[in-house]
Order: sequence, then structure tokens, then C-alpha cells
Amino acid sequence: MTLIIDHLSKQFAKNGQETVDSLTDINVRINDGEFICILGPSGCGKTTLLRIVAGLENPTTGKVLIDEVMIDSPNPKLGMIFQDYSLYPWRTVNENIVFGLELRGVGKEQRAKVAQEYLELAGLSGFGNSYPYELSGGMRQRVAVVRALAVDPTVLLMDEPFGALDAQTRNKLQHDLLEIWDKTKKTILFVTHSVDEAVFLADRIVVLTPRPGHVCEVLPIELGRPRDRTSVEFAKIRRYVLDLINQPKCSFS
Amino acid sequence: MYRILFKNPLWKKWFLRFLLPVGIIVGWEILAVVLDNPFILPSIESVLEVLLHPFTDILGNGSLFDNAMISLGRVIVGFLVAAALAIPLGIGMGRSESVFELFDSVMQLLRPIPPLAWVPLALAWFKIGLVSMVFIIGLGAFFPILLNTLDGVKGVKKTWVEAAEILGARERQVLSQVILPGAAPTIWTGMRVGFGIAWMCVVAAEMMPGTNSGIGYLIMSSYNWGQVQVIIAGIIVIGLIGIVIDYGFKFVDQRSFKWRELER
Repeated sequence: MTLIIDHLSKQFAKNGQETVDSLTDINVRINDGEFICILGPSGCGKTTLLRIVAGLENPTTGKVLIDEVMIDSPNPKLGMIFQDYSLYPWRTVNENIVFGLELRGVGKEQRAKVAQEYLELAGLSGFGNSYPYELSGGMRQRVAVVRALAVDPTVLLMDEPFGALDAQTRNKLQHDLLEIWDKTKKTILFVTHSVDEAVFLADRIVVLTPRPGHVCEVLPIELGRPRDRTSVEFAKIRRYVLDLINQPKCSFS
Repeated sequence: MYRILFKNPLWKKWFLRFLLPVGIIVGWEILAVVLDNPFILPSIESVLEVLLHPFTDILGNGSLFDNAMISLGRVIVGFLVAAALAIPLGIGMGRSESVFELFDSVMQLLRPIPPLAWVPLALAWFKIGLVSMVFIIGLGAFFPILLNTLDGVKGVKKTWVEAAEILGARERQVLSQVILPGAAPTIWTGMRVGFGIAWMCVVAAEMMPGTNSGIGYLIMSSYNWGQVQVIIAGIIVIGLIGIVIDYGFKFVDQRSFKWRELER
């Protein structure tokens, strides 16, 4: 699998005639099994970029290709996880997890089997018949992650998925996400504004400038896993990224 | 005594709740005895006499129970017709800008017209009978259901729809699996309000000239015969049925749509 973002730009219409540049000339090539973090300040268009990759929005110019096929609408090879979890509150945890399979007409027995399997992967055994409102934020986001995984996409798109969680839960979920990534061998495209999160998770960090967002640097993180946030090497890389985003080439466009 | 009563908040609550009803009943009975004119204010006993024999024929118009059931049947028909039209239209208007623009102006124009203003037109078009009544009742129920459906559909979270699309949902599946369940609590509220208005409309519709059954007809006819105790008994029955139905709607709401309050 390769995912290619090719000369992609996006403009928004503002009060009819005026247009605002949101993204300009983004070029990224993502390889099979990679964990990519897109790092940028609020309003730089990183969520828009992810939505275009997901096929929820169309670029103004340029294109996104997955295995040489252009994406212009939602594609079964791509799964997405939203910041607000976006679970269906009228469905139980199990019913949420297998929602995608239900849409595809998978039988009840098979669905129950898959639900069990992914419930365990999420570390939520015993909560299958609970409703989302009975779960904590962290647990809800775990359900959202396995709901996306249950239809077996090749690429997982994650839009600041842990942004609404407290620091402790957030660290735990990052850790668990890496475990799931290791088990399932998915390719992950993860949007965040947290330097710490990006350095902890990514194989490569794509650093975006403020609006209009363009790629100011693609930074490989050559740190072994599991990574230790408190280590000197980790601190060094974090410092480097923080310096980078304050440099003129990354802070102005 | 007063102090002890008000020390316990529960006692205080129930005391205050019963104070006015008991006061009204006592005042009514005193006034009835003083006036001594059953054509203006009958005694409580005579009203109870009617209420306690709901299956007894009244002046050849059928019993209180029979007439109440006739009215209820008409409301249900009118309400179902209204819901069958308003819910699909509301979903269409909520989902599609074009459908919204197409219907919105006419809906805004018709909405403020009280259903009873249509009575003469209904008589001219459909004559006396079930169709006229269903028309009036349906008009009463239609707009609350339409507006709430529209609101409910617009209130469905964008990411609920997008998550479904990404999981491979077709438009029809988005509608049945996301929009409808997501908007259901609000639609239900619209139906609850709509049924309440429909119930008010049926009683008024049954007072139209030429009607010969239903609880509205019964109390109108009792007026002509000077049976004020039947009028009051009829009014009480109308109120009680309204309460029971509203409670039924509320009951379903609390059981089926618990997630609406608990979500976040």
C-alpha cells in the first residue's frame, strides 16, 4: 500500500467572492505500515487535509492516491476516528463496534464474534452491552478506534483523537494505540497539535506551517520503541521540533 | 401544626400541591349550595354521578365512554395522517436544501393559521364527517411534528453521518441508521406536542354543526338540554384523557431516549 498526497491545495470561499487559502501544495508519500503524525498549530488546515484524504472533502487542486486510485469519496481502505468519538449513543458498545459490518450485510453470528474479538483488543471485555454514555472519554475513544478497525481498513486516519482527554488517559491511549498498531500492522495518519504526542508516536512527523498550511519539514523520528518520554534522547528530539516550529520557515508562510 | 407540617419538605410539597384542588372543590360545593341553580353550577355529587356511570346512555347520545372512544379514534386517525406526511417532509427539508427552499415559504405562511379557522372551508370541501375532522385534527398535529422533525434532523451530529459514510453507508442507510435514530427523540417530542393539539382540535371539531357523536358533541348537546353536570363531567374526561396520553408519550420518551439526556 502507498498513500500519496500530490500537489494538494484547498481554498475556501468566504463571503461569496473572496477565497481563503487553507492548504497550499502539500506533497507527502506514506508507505505501508508507517505511523505518520501531521503536526501543526490550530487553524493550519491539518484537519481539512485529513478530511480530504478520507474523501469527505475535495481538494481545490491536486489529488490523493491510494494504490494509484484517486480518492474523491469515502473508500473502504480508509478508516477514520474523530476527536468527538462520534459513537452512536442509541447503540450499545458491541452494536457500535460492528456497525460497519452491519452496513455491509454481515450476518448476526459473525458480527457477535467480531464484536467479542475487538472488544478484547480495546481492553473493554465486559462492557459490550453498555451504552457509550456509561463509559469514560478514554473508553469511548477505544470503542471508536476498534469500530474503525472492525471493517479492516488499510489506513487509519485519526483527527486529534486524544485531544479531549486528560494527560494521564491520553498517555495510556497513545501507548495502547502503538500496541494495536503493532498487532494489526495498519498504516496510521494521525493529526495532532501536540509536539510531545507526535514525537512519542510517529515514524515521521509532517510539520505544517500556520494558515495557509504547507509542509515545512518532514522529520523522521529515529528513536527505538518503546519510547521513554523522560529519556534524554526524547527530550532532545522534542526540543528540536519545538525549535523547528518557531523558526521563520515553519512559523510564517 | 403549621410548623411541623412545613419542617418536612416532602409534606410541604404535597400540602401545597393539594391546597388549590381541595380549595376549588370546597369553594365549588359552597357556591353550588348558595346559588342553588343546577343550570349554572351543579353540585359535585351530580357531576360525580355522571362520571361514575361512564357506560350509561346520556340523553340518547350514547355513553360518556362511547363518545370518548369515538373522539379518540378520530384523533388517532388524524394524528397518524399528519405524522405520515410531516415526518417524511421534515426529513426531506432537513436533509436537502432544495426541498427546504421549495416548501419553507408555504409552511411559514400556513403555520400561524389556527386549525379551527379552517373549519368552514373543511365543511365546504368535505361536508360533515370523518374527512373534515381528520383534516382539522391533522392540521393541528402537522406543524409541531414537522418543525420538530426538521429540528431533529438538523441537530444530528455531522460526524455521526460522516462516520457512517466512511464505514461504507449508502444514503438510504445513513437515513435509516443514523438520521432517523438520531432525530427520533426530537421527532417524538413533536408527536407529543402534536397529539396534544390534535386532542384539542377534535373536541372543537365535534362542535361543528351537523356532528352527532363524540365527546365534543356530547357536551355541546348537553348545553342545549341544560345538563350542566354532563358538560362539566365531559370537560373532566377530556382533561383526564389528555393527561393519560401525554403521560404515555413521556413514558416512552424516558425509556427509549434515555441517551439524549445522558449524552455528555
